[in-house]
Amino acid sequence: MSETLTPRSLSRRRFVQSSGALLFAAHCPVGLSRKAYAGGTGAMMNSFVRIDPSNVITMLANNSEFGNGAYTVMSMMLAEELDVDYRSIALEAAPTTPEYYSPLFREYLTAGSVTTGSTFMPMRTAGAKARAMLLEAASRDWNVPASELTTGDATVTHAGTGRSATYGELLEAIHRLDIQPPETVTLKDPSEFKILGKPARRYEGAGKVDGSAEFGIDIKLPGMLYGAIARPPVHGGSVVDFDATEALTMPGVVKVKAIRAGMVVLADSYWRAQKARAKLEIEWDRGVNDGVSSEQFYADYRALADTPGLLAEDIGDAIGALDAAEASGSVVEATYEMPLLAHATLEPMNCIAQVEGDTCTIWSGTQYQSNDQEVISRFLGIPQQNVTIHRPLMGGSFGRRSSKTADYTVEAVEAAMGESVPVQIIWSREEDIRSGHYRPLFVHKLRGSVDESGMPEAWHQVAVGQSLMQGTKHDPTYMVRGIDIYSLDGCLQEPFGVFPYGTSYQIPNHRVESHNAPKKGIVPQEWRSVGHTHTGIAYECFLDELAHNGGIDPMELRLRLTKDHARMNRVLSVLKEKCDWDRPLAPGRGRGVASRIYNISPVAQAVEVTVAENGDFTVDRVVCVVDCGFAVNPLGIEGQVEGGLAYGLGGVAFGNIDIVNGEVQQSNFHDYPVMRLPQMPRVEVHILPSDEPPTGIGEQATTPIAPAVANALFNATGRRVRRFPLSSQGFNLV
Amino acid sequence: MKLTVNGRDVEVTSEADTPLLWVLRDELNLVGTKFGCGIAQCGACTVHLDGVAIRSCVTPVSAVANRDIQTIEGQATEAGLSPVQQAWLETDVAQCGYCQSGQIMTATALLTQNPHPSDTEIDTAMAGNICRCGTYPRIRKAVHLAASLMAEEQSA
Repeated sequence: MSETLTPRSLSRRRFVQSSGALLFAAHCPVGLSRKAYAGGTGAMMNSFVRIDPSNVITMLANNSEFGNGAYTVMSMMLAEELDVDYRSIALEAAPTTPEYYSPLFREYLTAGSVTTGSTFMPMRTAGAKARAMLLEAASRDWNVPASELTTGDATVTHAGTGRSATYGELLEAIHRLDIQPPETVTLKDPSEFKILGKPARRYEGAGKVDGSAEFGIDIKLPGMLYGAIARPPVHGGSVVDFDATEALTMPGVVKVKAIRAGMVVLADSYWRAQKARAKLEIEWDRGVNDGVSSEQFYADYRALADTPGLLAEDIGDAIGALDAAEASGSVVEATYEMPLLAHATLEPMNCIAQVEGDTCTIWSGTQYQSNDQEVISRFLGIPQQNVTIHRPLMGGSFGRRSSKTADYTVEAVEAAMGESVPVQIIWSREEDIRSGHYRPLFVHKLRGSVDESGMPEAWHQVAVGQSLMQGTKHDPTYMVRGIDIYSLDGCLQEPFGVFPYGTSYQIPNHRVESHNAPKKGIVPQEWRSVGHTHTGIAYECFLDELAHNGGIDPMELRLRLTKDHARMNRVLSVLKEKCDWDRPLAPGRGRGVASRIYNISPVAQAVEVTVAENGDFTVDRVVCVVDCGFAVNPLGIEGQVEGGLAYGLGGVAFGNIDIVNGEVQQSNFHDYPVMRLPQMPRVEVHILPSDEPPTGIGEQATTPIAPAVANALFNATGRRVRRFPLSSQGFNLV
Repeated sequence: MKLTVNGRDVEVTSEADTPLLWVLRDELNLVGTKFGCGIAQCGACTVHLDGVAIRSCVTPVSAVANRDIQTIEGQATEAGLSPVQQAWLETDVAQCGYCQSGQIMTATALLTQNPHPSDTEIDTAMAGNICRCGTYPRIRKAVHLAASLMAEEQSA
C-alpha cells in the first residue's frame, strides 16, 4: 500500500520501511488547529507538512495522481517555499476528512483540471509557514536576528556564527520554545522562484520505469480473495436465477454470490475467478433499459432539438435575425451528433474492500474519495468516518474514476460483506467497455446567419443529451434553472452559473437552449474535458460553417470575434504566426483551427491533415497555444497538452460506443480503437508567458482538437462531417 | 513447472493454461507487468521470451517452461537502470505510467534487434502498445535517446 510515498519509486519496498510514519499520520489529529505538536516520528507543522527529527519532510497530498502530475506540482509548490528539493519530499495521502476537502469543490475530489490552481496558494503557504517556524526557532535558540538566517537544502544557516541545523534538528527547539505557526506569512516573489516555473520531471517518475510504482490492481493483502463479476447484458439488469454448480467445482473457487452488479465469483487468483465466471449459468432480468439503442437516442434527440428547450442565454434577437435571414434564404442550418464514448483507462477498474464490524477499508484508485466514503457509509449504514480509503496510484482516469455512483467501489464492498478477508474486484476490458459509464450521446442543432461583411450575425443552438448533474447531489451547484451547465459548457457567451467564463466570442444575436434527455440506457459520466467533448465540436465546426458561408478565413474570423477578449486574442495571434496559417498547402491537404476556453484557460489549436482519395487521413502537425496563467511546470504542461489532444483525437477519429437492443456492441480495443503511436501527430506546444494565477491544463488540450481536425478535413475535401466519429463517415485516421 | 524469470529459476503451480501474465502477477508477485486487455491488443503485459517481446496475457504458462523470461523487474542491474529506462526517465515519458512497463519492454526488444531505428521503424514496432495518456511524442524521443545511450555504452 503506497500510503507513504517517496519520490524514488512510490514502491512497495518503501512502504515497508516507512509504515511507522504512516501509522502516526493516520492517527494524529491533523487539525487546522494552530498548535504544532510532535509524535513519535515527527511533528505536524500544519495540515500539509510533517517534519521528522531525521529531517524527512513529508507532504500530505489531498489531490490524487492519475497521470495528471498532481504530485509533481504540489511538491514543487511546497518545496519552493520551504527551500528543499521537491524530489526529496516524502509524500503521503492526506486523510479523507473535511479539512482536506478541495476549497473549490468542498469535497475530497481531484477533477476539473483545478489541482494546480486550487493548491497554488495553500501548498505554498503551508511551506512558507513551516519555514517561518523553523526560522523563528533558530533565531530564538541561537539568539540571532531571523533576518540573518538563510535556508536551503532543508537546513537553516547563520552565516555570521557559522551555525546551522537541519529542519529536523530544529524540532526540539520548536517544542521547547512553544513556537506557533504564524497567522500570516509573506510568500516568495515569482522573481525569486528556483523551482516553480522551471521544467520539472515527474515526482513519482522513477517507479514508473522500473515497475515498482504501485497501482490499485497491484496491491496484495494477506488472505485476499479475487473477484470476477458476471454483469448483466443490459445496463441496470439484474440476476433472476443462477446455477453455479460447475463454477464451484473449478480450482481455487471459494464462493459464488449474487450482488447488485451481477454474479461475483471469489477465488484465490484472478485468473481462476475469471475462468470460473465463464461457467456460470445466469438468468437475467434485462431491466428497464432493454431495447434502448443509440439510433433511437439520435432520433429522439433530433426530434427534441426541434422543440423549444430551456433557455440558457438570449442575447440580442437571434430569432428575429434568423427570421429575417430566412426570408432571404441565407440561414445556415446543421445538426451535429456525437456518440457515447468509453474512457478505457488502461488500468481497468478495480477495488479492494474489507468489511469488519462497523468499519470498512478500501484500497482504491479514485478521483473522488469523499463520495466513495459517503456512498459506502450509506450502503453499509455505518458512520462516514468509519470508512478508510487507501489511495494507490491510478493507471489513468480521464473522469471515469470520479464515479458519482461509486460503482466499482461499492460493489467491491458488497462482494466483501460477510467475508473475513479483503476482496479485490478487477474488471476485465470487456466489462470496462460494456458495463462502464459513458460520455453521454449528444445532438446539437444549430442555425446561424452572417451579416453583409460575412461575420456571424445570429446564432441559435439547441443542445440535447443526458445531464451529468441532474438529480445528483451536485444538482444545486451545477443546475441553473434546470439547465446542466456542463451540457452547454463553451456554448454561452456570458458566464453561467459557477462557470466564470464565456466563449470569448462576441456574436450580436446569440440564443442557446438545452434539453435534458431522459435518463436512460447508461450512466453518463464526465469524460476528459466534459461538456466540451461535444459542445466543442458543435460550436467550433458550425463556426467554421459560418466562416465558409460568409467567405471569411476561419482564423481571421476568430481573431475578429475575440477582439474584446485579450487573452484569447493573444493566443490566436500567436497561433496564426506559429502554425504558418497563410502558407499554402498542397492539394489533398487541409488546415483547421479551433479555440476554446475550458475552466478559464484559453487554448487554440491549428492542425494540418493529408487526406487520401479513399478517406484515409493523417494528422501531420498540431500547433497548440495555451495560456494557463503562470506555468508552474512547463514540462508537465507540454505533456498534458500532447496527451490531452491525443485523447481527444482518438475520440473524434474512431471513438464510438453503440447500443443495440440495450446492449453495448463494443468489447475491447479491437472494436473500440484508441490512439496508437503511428497515428500520433507531430505536436508543437507554445505556452504563453503570464503573471496571472495558474489555471488548469489537464483537459484544455482535449477540447479544440476534435473540431480542428474536422474543420481541416473540410478544408482539404469540402466534405463536412456532422455525425461522429470520423471513421463512421469514411474518414479513417491512419 | 519450472520457469526462468529474470535469470532465476522458479517453481510455479498454476494450471497449465494459466496465462503467463497471471502467473507473474499473482503467483510470483511480479506486478510490474500489467493487465490491460487480455487479448493481446494493448501491450501492457509485454515481456521477453528468449529475447523476443511477447504478450504474456495470451501465452499459457505451459508454453514457456524452461525458457528465458524477462520482465520489467529484471531490466535494472546492480549498475542501475537500463539505457531504455534511463532514457524514459530523462525524457519524462510517463504520465499515469501504467503502460510504460510494456512500452519499455517493447522498445528494449526493438533496440536489441535494430540499434538505430528510424521514426517509421519506431512507429511500427511500438504500434501494439497503447498509451491512453498519449505519451507517444515522448516515447518516440525516448527510443532515439535510448539508442544513443546504448551506442555510448557499447563504445565505452
